[in-house]
Amino acid sequence: MQISGNSRLAHRATLLDLAPGEEATLAELSLPEEIAHRLMILGFVPGSSVSYTRSAPGGDPRVYRVDGADVALRGETASHIHLERRM
Amino acid sequence: MSDCHSSPSTSVAGSPNGASSGHKTIALVGPPNAGKTTLFNRLTGLRQKVANYPGVTVEHHAGKLHSRTGATADLIDLPGIYSLEPRSEDERVTHDVLRGEMAGIPRPDAILLILDATNLSRHLVVAAPVLSLGLPTLVILNMADDLRERGGTLETAELSQRLGVPVVLASAAKGEGLEPVFEFLDGTLGVPPPAGSPFPILNNLPSMNDVPACRAWATRVSQGAWKAPLPSVWSRRLDAVFLHPLAGPLIFALVVVIVFQAIFTGATPLMDGVEGLIGNFGKWVATTLPESSWRDLLTEGVIAGVGGVVVFLPQILLLFLFIGILEDSGYLARAALIADRTMARFGLQGKSFIPLLSAYACAVPAIMATRTIENKRDRIATILIAPFMTCSARLPVYTLVIAAFIPERPLLGHLLGTRAAAMIGLYALGFLAALLTARALKSSVLRSDGTPFLLELPSYRWPTVRSLGLRLYDRAMVFLKRAGTIILACAIGLWIMAHLPLNHGKPPEIRDSLAGSIGRTVEPVIAPLGFNWKIGIGLITSLAAREVIVGTLGTIYGIESEEDTKGLTAALQKDLTPGGAVALLVFFAFAMQCMSTVAVVKRETGGWKWPVVQFSYMTGLAYVCAFAANRIVTAWLG
Repeated sequence: MQISGNSRLAHRATLLDLAPGEEATLAELSLPEEIAHRLMILGFVPGSSVSYTRSAPGGDPRVYRVDGADVALRGETASHIHLERRM
Repeated sequence: MSDCHSSPSTSVAGSPNGASSGHKTIALVGPPNAGKTTLFNRLTGLRQKVANYPGVTVEHHAGKLHSRTGATADLIDLPGIYSLEPRSEDERVTHDVLRGEMAGIPRPDAILLILDATNLSRHLVVAAPVLSLGLPTLVILNMADDLRERGGTLETAELSQRLGVPVVLASAAKGEGLEPVFEFLDGTLGVPPPAGSPFPILNNLPSMNDVPACRAWATRVSQGAWKAPLPSVWSRRLDAVFLHPLAGPLIFALVVVIVFQAIFTGATPLMDGVEGLIGNFGKWVATTLPESSWRDLLTEGVIAGVGGVVVFLPQILLLFLFIGILEDSGYLARAALIADRTMARFGLQGKSFIPLLSAYACAVPAIMATRTIENKRDRIATILIAPFMTCSARLPVYTLVIAAFIPERPLLGHLLGTRAAAMIGLYALGFLAALLTARALKSSVLRSDGTPFLLELPSYRWPTVRSLGLRLYDRAMVFLKRAGTIILACAIGLWIMAHLPLNHGKPPEIRDSLAGSIGRTVEPVIAPLGFNWKIGIGLITSLAAREVIVGTLGTIYGIESEEDTKGLTAALQKDLTPGGAVALLVFFAFAMQCMSTVAVVKRETGGWKWPVVQFSYMTGLAYVCAFAANRIVTAWLG
C-alpha cells in the first residue's frame, strides 16, 4: 500500500543512504501493495526505527535491523523505502 | 529439507477415553524460526525435520499425541506464517486448516501458538489473527534459555491476562517448561482445564489487514510485560565473518569443498564395511541354501540388486548430516545471501533459493516448497529447474562411475582429491543447467516482474544432537523403504526377465533373455552415447528412480559372473569406455529419471502440460549433452 502521497518525500533519503551502524526512522514504502505488506509484516512499518547492519559480499543484498531482527533485502527494494530523518 | 515423497500422514485412532466427544485435532501454529518443529518432535516423538530457515515446512505434518490421561489426539504441524492472510500457498494451507476449510482435516479443537520469546513484539503480530479465531489457545513462548542468557525478562501472568489465554515460557530444544503444555492438552482432551479459561477475549484485537495497527497492538501487549533481550553478540560476530566481503565467499567455497571431500573419503570405510557385510551374507546364503532358482533369485537378484544400493546409505546419511548442521545452525540463510547476486543475474528471485537448496536432497519436497513463492510464473520456473539440482538419488550413480573411472589423486593436498573435484563438477553442472534454463524461461514464456528478495536471518544456534539424530533416522528410513519397495521390485522383476524365456527348461544367456532383448532393442538409440545394451536396461529401470540403475547393474553382473564377482566397479570398467562413462554421468545430471518428481509436478502445476514439457526437455538435453561428452572425451583420449 502506498502510504501517504506527499511528493516532497520522493526527494528524501532512502535506506540506501544509511551508513553501516546508522539508525533512522522509516517514512514511506513506495512499493506495490503486495511487497509493502510483506515488508511491514517483517517490521518495516512507517514510524519505526531501522538501522543498516551490513551488506552481503559484493554489496547486495543488504541486511537491516528492524524491531530486533535482521532482515535482508536487495538494494533495488531498499531504494524505494524512504526515511523520515536521520537520528 | 523434508522427506522424499512426504505426504500428510494423519494417523487417526479412536480415543480410548470414550466419554470425550470423539477424536480431537490440535494445531501447532507459529511464525518461521519460532521452534515449531522442535516442539512438534518433543510432543509427538514422530520424526520430522527441523529447519532453522523460513518457509521450509510447507506440507503440514501430523503426529499422534498422548495426554497423560491416556487420551490421544492428532497434532498438526502447520507451515510457518507471518500472517493469516492467504497470500502464498503455504499461508493458504495454514489459513484453511485453522478455519476448518481444508478437505480431509477436521477443524482444530485447540491451538498451540508458538512464538519466539526473544522476538516477542514482532512475533505477537501473528497472535492477533490466531486469537481472533476464538479457539482454545495456549501461547508457548519458546527459547526461554536464549532470552535468559541475553538478559531479557518476561511476565507470563501479566501477558496471559492481556491476551486472555494461558501463556507459558518454555524451551522446546532443552525440553524445559513443557509441563503446562501437557496440562493444557489434558484440559482440551476432556479433563477439566487448569485455572483460567483457554478461550481468548475477542474484543480489541486489530484486523490483520491493518499491519501498522497490528504492530501497535503487539507493542502495547508486550510493553511492560517483556524486556527485550540484548542483540545476540555471537550472531553479530559470526555475521561479520561469514558475510565479510573476502572471508565470506572463501568460507562458502571451503564449506562446499569440505562437505564433498568428507562425503567421499569419510564415508568410504563405512561403505566398505556395509559392502563386506552384504557380500558375506550373500556367500552365506549361497553356501547354506540348496541349489535352486530361488537361491539364485535371492543371491543374484535381491542381494546383488538391493545390496548394491544399500551400500550407499552411509554416504547419503553423511550428506544429510552436513545439510542438517548447515540448516539448523543458521548458516544456510547466510549462504542464501551470498548466492543471491548470482540468482538475480539469472532472473531468479531470492525465494527460489530455498526450494532449490532443498532439491539437493530430493526434488519432491523442493517442488512442494515452491508454494512459498507468491508469483505464479516464478513458481513454475522454479518447479521446472528444481530437478536439475543434484538430488541424493544421483549420488550412488555418480560415486560408482567416478570410483570406476577416475583415479584418486590429491589436488589441494588432503583437502581436495580428484574424485571429490569430479563430484563438485557434476553438482556445478546441474546447477548451471538450472540457471541457464531459468534464464531462458524468464526471458521468454515465464517473464515476470518478480517479487523481491526478503529474508529474515535467524540467529545462529548450535544444532542439537537430538534434532540431527531424528533427521538421520528419518532419512535412513526413507532410503531403506525405497530399497525395500521400488528397488526390490525392480530387482526381482529384472531377474525374472533375465531368466526368460526358458530354453529346454534352462534359462537363456542374459543377452538372449527378455531383459537382454529389450536392452538390445534400445541399443541403437544409445550407442552414439557410448552405452551398450546392459546400460540400456539400467536406463529403462532407472526411469522409476535414478539409483535403480546401480541395483540393475548389480543384478546383471551378478547373473553374468560365474564365480564370485569382482564387484560392480571392476565389471563396469570392462563395460564402458571413458567416453561412455562421462556420457553416463552427464546423462544422469540432466535426465528426469524419477517418477515421483513427474507425479508431484503434475499435482503442483495442475495438469500434464508442464511435466510433459519438462520431461521431454530434460531427456532431450541429457541425450544431446551425453552424445557431445562421449564424442569429446573419446576424441581427446585419442
